[in-house]
Amino acid sequence: MARIEIDGQSYDVQDGDNLLSSCLSLGLDLPYFCWHPAMGSAGACRQCAIIQYKDAEDQRGRLVMACMTPVKEAMRISIDAEQARQFRSDNIELLMTNHPHDCPVCEEGGECHLQDMTVMTGHTFRRYRGRKRTHNNQNLGPFINHEMNRCIACYRCVRFYDEYAGGKDLQVLGMHNNVYFGRFEDGALENEFSGNLVEVCPTGVFTDKTFSARYTRKWDLQTAPSICIHCSLGCNTAPGERYGELRRIINRYHGEINGYFLCDRGRFGYGFVNSQKRIVMPGIKGQTETTAEIAENHFRNLLKYAKSVIGIGSPRASLEANFALRSLVGEANFFLGLEDAEHTLLNAIVEILFNGGIRSPSLRETEQADAVLIMGEDVTHSAPRLALSLRQAVRNASFDMAHKMHIPLWQDAAIRQLGPIRSPLFIASICSTRLDDVATGTYQGSPDDIARFGFAIAHCLDESAAEPVDLSEDEKSLARSIAKALKQAQRPLIVSGTSCLSVAVIQAAYNVAKALPAQDKQLTFTLPECNSLGLAIMNGRPLQQAFDSINDGLADTVVILENDLYRRASHQSVDGFLEKAAHVVVIDNLENQTVGRAELVLPAATFAESEGTLVNNEGRAQRYFPVYPAADPIRGSWQWLTRLENSQWRHHHALTAACASAFPYLAAIVHAAPQTDNIIKGSKIPRQPHRYSGRTAMHANIKVSEPGQPQDMETPFAFSMEGAMAHVQPALLPVIWAPGWNSNQAINKFQQETGGHLRDGDAGARLIKPSGSHLPWFGHIPPAFEPEPGLWRIMSLPHIFGSEELSLQSTPLAERLPDLCVLLNPQDAESLGVDPGDPIEICDPARNFLLKFPVNIEKTLPRGLLGITAGRPEFQPLKFLDQVTLNKANPEQQPNSEAPL
Amino acid sequence: MKEPIEKPDFEGLSLAEIREIKAGMSHYEDKTAASIEALKIIQKHRRWVSDECLVAVAELLEMSSAQLEGVATFYNLIYRQPVGKTVIHYCNSVTCWMLGAEDISERLCRYLNVELGEISADGEYTVLPIVCLGACDHAPVVLVGDKLKLDVTENAVNEIFGR
Ligand code: SF4
Ligand code: SF4
Ligand code: FES
Ligand code: FES
Repeated sequence: MARIEIDGQSYDVQDGDNLLSSCLSLGLDLPYFCWHPAMGSAGACRQCAIIQYKDAEDQRGRLVMACMTPVKEAMRISIDAEQARQFRSDNIELLMTNHPHDCPVCEEGGECHLQDMTVMTGHTFRRYRGRKRTHNNQNLGPFINHEMNRCIACYRCVRFYDEYAGGKDLQVLGMHNNVYFGRFEDGALENEFSGNLVEVCPTGVFTDKTFSARYTRKWDLQTAPSICIHCSLGCNTAPGERYGELRRIINRYHGEINGYFLCDRGRFGYGFVNSQKRIVMPGIKGQTETTAEIAENHFRNLLKYAKSVIGIGSPRASLEANFALRSLVGEANFFLGLEDAEHTLLNAIVEILFNGGIRSPSLRETEQADAVLIMGEDVTHSAPRLALSLRQAVRNASFDMAHKMHIPLWQDAAIRQLGPIRSPLFIASICSTRLDDVATGTYQGSPDDIARFGFAIAHCLDESAAEPVDLSEDEKSLARSIAKALKQAQRPLIVSGTSCLSVAVIQAAYNVAKALPAQDKQLTFTLPECNSLGLAIMNGRPLQQAFDSINDGLADTVVILENDLYRRASHQSVDGFLEKAAHVVVIDNLENQTVGRAELVLPAATFAESEGTLVNNEGRAQRYFPVYPAADPIRGSWQWLTRLENSQWRHHHALTAACASAFPYLAAIVHAAPQTDNIIKGSKIPRQPHRYSGRTAMHANIKVSEPGQPQDMETPFAFSMEGAMAHVQPALLPVIWAPGWNSNQAINKFQQETGGHLRDGDAGARLIKPSGSHLPWFGHIPPAFEPEPGLWRIMSLPHIFGSEELSLQSTPLAERLPDLCVLLNPQDAESLGVDPGDPIEICDPARNFLLKFPVNIEKTLPRGLLGITAGRPEFQPLKFLDQVTLNKANPEQQPNSEAPL
Repeated sequence: MKEPIEKPDFEGLSLAEIREIKAGMSHYEDKTAASIEALKIIQKHRRWVSDECLVAVAELLEMSSAQLEGVATFYNLIYRQPVGKTVIHYCNSVTCWMLGAEDISERLCRYLNVELGEISADGEYTVLPIVCLGACDHAPVVLVGDKLKLDVTENAVNEIFGR
């Protein structure tokens, strides 16, 4: 701590921080552009000028850039000095000379940092009368608009995109007063985190194209705290609604998880909520028109007259919905809805996380790691936001070096000048990954080989760990060097996950983590879906047993919760199961094959229209809240399951509490969201900003009198602009706003310190307490993979845009799907006589034709493996086969029309 | 562990260019450090850098075309559009601007019958502005090809073209 004087007042601030960040942490207003709490200082915009005095006597002082000036004990500065004010106002006037002043048609308007800073500096009158330089804009693909004339050249975009996120296709072009931030030519931005440009750019150069299509000002959007449901990390989001439509998603700061950034799947994958495939009415087979009441009665009767009912849960449904189903059908009749392989994997992971004695880190903690080993994951595709964190972890070595050289850590340019000094990152994966560019070493192999490789590393670290036999010399020496680097680390991190569908890989990852000598070691697993961990903790039975119980006649009725079984098991087995079941009830939000086979379909609300608790991969339970009410007769899944009169739960919180007491591991979920007792009694937190407009008019085309606001009986929020905003914990704020701060950068006002934790704490309850105990070494080492001539093993490789069920139904993402092709090793391709782009026939081992797809060559894919995009419906028939045979297809024929779906 | 990208031909570049660029690259640990040199090699052969060449050079240096474009557009003496055999750069930074840079540029353009950046009809000349050439004490200054003309007067045309 240091004591400094700002405009005559004494303050205690963090030693070594820069003055801008300190001033903002103190809650003072000081305008800035180029500095970003996650990216440090650049000193490029000159907006944060203040006066620094030499000593107590100095009356004149001199202008310094606050973001480039370190805090020193007893320093005297002034933000308010006339000279500083004048400088800042002149500076912004200069930055704005070329700005088109087109706020009324600019989508940044109303949440624009440039507007806020302009008002803050008092530059309210334009004097410049000269010509303005103009630019051509580029088509940057389906996600981002480009309007370069609005640029003030703060350099934040390239600093984020290139330096922070590793994207190479957006650069600064040109020079002096004619700089351009764009691509070499038109085309979709390649980086998976491009959407953050929308929030990083302080002006309206980069805006959300998916939002443009149905644009609404920030102050007219209704918002609630939400959680991203598109992967297992649980990033915090702020979805915005208008006219019953989800219009966009932006980042909601969480100090332990996503910080300031989301991935593009999370930001742009929301379109399914508005999609044509939404189920909006209940359906009963054979009846044309059904109301909610009829459907509910039908449901009741089915349950009443059934011989026995089983329930199939879902890793994409909330804990409460799953628990309600489990309670409805009884513990013995509840199935998790996961195929055997995934079920086993998740159980293995739960066991390791809860009883393995090794901490599972938050994303912020992963960024602190000084050595990382990834086993079997291409994290950019399986847990995207984690990849962004690991990219920062790699920089820790250069931070250490900077520290030794007394360079403050926020001196971004100076640290980058130190050159590519990287903390070790090792990646063992099936084929090349999107993080390879910052990796110290990579290893490619089949899942079995990755596991063996991991076991070898563990053995190098600790001889009592099992040792694989017959490793090649190369593998051994790489394993040794990785072990050495991990051993030297103080905060080593092991990352693994479910992508390889291999328990051996998980176990090997645990062995490595267990063998590490460091106290502060961490182990994290990426999981397939947003509530995979929560569901696995509930301890139900695997899907196959559900099939058995119907097929064996033990039960005749099945209730399926938000789960397309055709994604989980082979077509045949699901067909057989659904045929055999006398009655099939499906509760879901989108049309899918399973829905198509149901006798009774109940329309479920999505994450945007209901509440629930999800457990992320770290083991953190988090609550999401409805952004807007579900359009009648759509209801939250938990409501369909608890509205039956024998139900004990009228309200969501009661259901949460019951779930918490039913499972000791879930006991803490009642604290998944901050308590709201201290909010003024009787009032709720408004979801709509106080400037929300048009409430009396927006439904005037239907009815002139203003309808009452929908009531929310379940959450602390109101579907209204009225309510109590004082004393609301920042983690519960639907909209981030402070007087004078209309952009998302207002978050400064709600953090303990800039870039730190939210005041009153970040949300979520960690369910996993690191225990002292350890599991014994795992010793089941698979044999090395040997390609069998003529047979290929299917590898389902996750893809950020191609694999996740719900975002796949979102229009803008469809434009970024990977090519529909299969990957082959070059030698395999040669042996089959196929060139890139040639179609290939894929047959089962008995040589029955299955599918035909073009081939892509992947140099890093080991021989004997066939890569497909995980989760993509087109490849579904391959997913449940172990091996296939391949034939060069006759190129004259049209590729693949036989594929089911 | 990654194999180097082995491309037999970088479409659009001549063998001589590739050879010279590769020789340049060998002086640096980081290939991209050779980017300015590579662009100059292209200009030596072609006077300017076309889109096609830029993409090929980027590939050769294993950097993105956007990154190389960032380099190319940063430097005044890298031309991303065709130029005449001799480029006439008149300095338009503060001192030269005060002492008549704009007038000189106008005279030169009128004489050559071109706008800034255009090639004269005979293919010989292009006129472009440039930043301070470090000879402010002799302002205004014009760089003709690689020759510096100091203390240029309203007789610029004479002083530069010898008539
Ligand atoms: S585009 Fe935006 S972020 Fe990039 S330099 Fe311009 S104003 Fe800054
Ligand atoms: S990383 Fe996962 S949770 Fe985070 S925004 Fe992306 S898909 Fe959503
Ligand atoms: S914020 Fe300090 S110079 Fe830009
Ligand atoms: S201003 Fe022209 S040479 Fe310096």
